[in-house]
Amino acid sequence: MPLSIPRSGRGADPLASPGDGRRAPSLVPSGSLAGTALVVIIAIMTFLASLTVGSVDIVRTAAASWQSGVQREVTIQIRPRDGRDMDAAAAQAAALAREVTGVASAEPYSQADMAALLEPWLGAGVSLDQLPAPRLVVVRLQEGARPDFDALAAALTDQVPGASLDDHRGWLERLRLTGSALTGFGLAILGLVLCATILSVLFATRGAVAGNRDVVEVLHLVGARDRFVAGAFSRRFLRLGLRGSVIGGALAVALFVVGGAIGREASDPAADILFGRMELSLWGYSQIGGTALLIALLTAVTSRMAVMAHLRRLD
Amino acid sequence: MVRFENVGLRYGPGQEVLRDLSFRIAPHSFQFLTGPSGAGKTSLLRLLFLSLKPTRGLISVFGRDTTAIARRDLPDIRRRIGIVFQDFRLLDHLTTFENVALPLRVLGREETVYRAEVVELLRWVGLGDRINAYPPVLSGGEKQRAAIARAVIARPEFLLADEPTGNVDPHLARRLLRLFVELHKSGTSVLIATHDIALMDLYDARRFLLEDGRLTIHD
Repeated sequence: MPLSIPRSGRGADPLASPGDGRRAPSLVPSGSLAGTALVVIIAIMTFLASLTVGSVDIVRTAAASWQSGVQREVTIQIRPRDGRDMDAAAAQAAALAREVTGVASAEPYSQADMAALLEPWLGAGVSLDQLPAPRLVVVRLQEGARPDFDALAAALTDQVPGASLDDHRGWLERLRLTGSALTGFGLAILGLVLCATILSVLFATRGAVAGNRDVVEVLHLVGARDRFVAGAFSRRFLRLGLRGSVIGGALAVALFVVGGAIGREASDPAADILFGRMELSLWGYSQIGGTALLIALLTAVTSRMAVMAHLRRLD
Repeated sequence: MVRFENVGLRYGPGQEVLRDLSFRIAPHSFQFLTGPSGAGKTSLLRLLFLSLKPTRGLISVFGRDTTAIARRDLPDIRRRIGIVFQDFRLLDHLTTFENVALPLRVLGREETVYRAEVVELLRWVGLGDRINAYPPVLSGGEKQRAAIARAVIARPEFLLADEPTGNVDPHLARRLLRLFVELHKSGTSVLIATHDIALMDLYDARRFLLEDGRLTIHD
């Protein structure tokens, strides 16, 4: 009986050869139910994590925007006194303010401006002459400037009786606290969502690896090194992880893009000031991309660790 | 090549399933391993394949004490041993060709290099027309032949076969035995575990009889 196993290229019909013109098949099955379930779980968890990452970014941007908006101007208030020329006092206060370095403009509110400002509360046609209404001077600051408010306050006290400077410190401090609290709350939620994501991905990946235990064992028994087996699994699971995380991340990005577009269409200045727009910064988008990549890598690393642990048990 | 000295094996706290086994398997030798069901044949094969460690005694494979072999060196030893499992252990998502080629792929060889060799072996074991079939559609006999082909494709120095003819007709059993004999003649040591007395009668070889965990050798 001849058992003549030929060396390459000899004795076999190349037309009958399998595998012509294609890559070697994956050693880890591709279309398993566990694999599909893993992709779905990763997509859902990436979507939730990306929504949280994006929301935190929006909250942080909004908080920073409130703060910088308030920081860009201060107000001089002049209380009325009997027989006082309020227009002259306001003009004097504005002139003092303009002399301070870092001040871009200082404009007194006219009596008509004040009436318009108070109209929602007092109604139209009310004469402010009969009311002890203060006069305001709005002082706008140059971008990034930190004028000497103490000196301005002292000059106002000396030269314009009844004038006081409101540099919004108290309001700013409350805004800063509110912004920090909202950002901290968002980061805490993000931490929880990321923990849940990591745990879900971890257990789903381990489950999917367990479903392929026979593959690990057969490769082990035909003499494959641990690195070879773990590499085959981590490559396969990286692809599964990338598929799921790209789907989840893309859905979240699409939601932010659509939300931003709708927000621009139905723009309400008051709501914009308070809540900001549902628009992600470039940093926010890159954070979503980073989250998706992190989750895909986590899937690959988890599968590698699960396979290595199983291989150690086999020996 | 293989040396057992006073080897004992027990699973958990029960009594030993293999007791005081002492024997040698020489290079280029051929032997059958037989005995009643539950006598410990599969456990002995697993000890020989280094997938179990003995509870006591000494096992030496290819001149190395198995207790002193580092984990990272085990793949090198296993690549020198071919094994045919009783339950075949074929991967359902790979074709017959891909299953048989697995040991060569694990060695890092390219498909263009081993393709002809694998196809020829598959034809020889009667699976020439099942090259692209997946294991779930193969009959028991076809699976067994694919498992045998996978075990011999890398031309191991030592071949272990657990009931390799259990699911094939007598004609094919003789043909598969001839494959093992040819491998033996080309330098491979062969150990076939079988219940099939008729098969053993076809070839004059040393017989290991395992009964109640103890081994007697009939040269």
